[in-house]
Amino acid sequence: MMLRVLYFARLRERFGVAEETFAFDGATVADLLDALRARGGAWAEELAAGRTFRVAVNQHVATPETPLVGAAEIAVFPPVTGG
Amino acid sequence: MKIRVQTEAFDLGAEVEALRAGRLDVGAVASFVGCARDVNDGSEVRAMTLEHYPGMTEKALAALADEAAARWTLIDATVLHRVGRLLPGDPIVLVAVASRHRGDALAACAFIMDALKTRAPFWKKEETSAGERWVEARASDDAAAARWTRPAQPD
Repeated sequence: MMLRVLYFARLRERFGVAEETFAFDGATVADLLDALRARGGAWAEELAAGRTFRVAVNQHVATPETPLVGAAEIAVFPPVTGG
Repeated sequence: MKIRVQTEAFDLGAEVEALRAGRLDVGAVASFVGCARDVNDGSEVRAMTLEHYPGMTEKALAALADEAAARWTLIDATVLHRVGRLLPGDPIVLVAVASRHRGDALAACAFIMDALKTRAPFWKKEETSAGERWVEARASDDAAAARWTRPAQPD
């Protein structure tokens, strides 16, 4: 399936991309993160186990188990700091 | 409910008046305004830029207001948050809650603000004398949000 993946704030800058279309054959958020980590470099570093980041699926906060079947929009971002 | 993400400044008095307009059952309005400081983590802050996730931000803010309305007896609420480049002293966020009685208004206002800090997708980048830096999330914000969680109540 094709996923639209967005990156925000510090992670957008580290990855050097704000948005991409990603061909993906996994099933869950955890699978997608594995695929992104496999790119190495900043991807492997920032998304490593123990690093704190958030994932949203269709604009709702997701967990590693969240399924991506039919998912239109994924976002990966740092913990929020508004207010 | 009025939920808005905007670059422009806002006026607390005007927002409170709009919240109360035509509602003579309003007995209490509680409000909070958060402002950009000139110092953070020991550094002078010259300016900050707020980024957000368009679409998710509005949904998240509306969800917080809906949660507050389900939990307390509210008449109406306004949540405004600015994005873009802000200078020290500039207002960033406004939460105003109208209810019949102060207890509901005060609690709901505090809840919305605490929940916003950990759940609404905004990020701050500061300009300091040492360069730019992204603000890190604070454990104290998680603790503030956690104080509103409680065991599930039977419906």
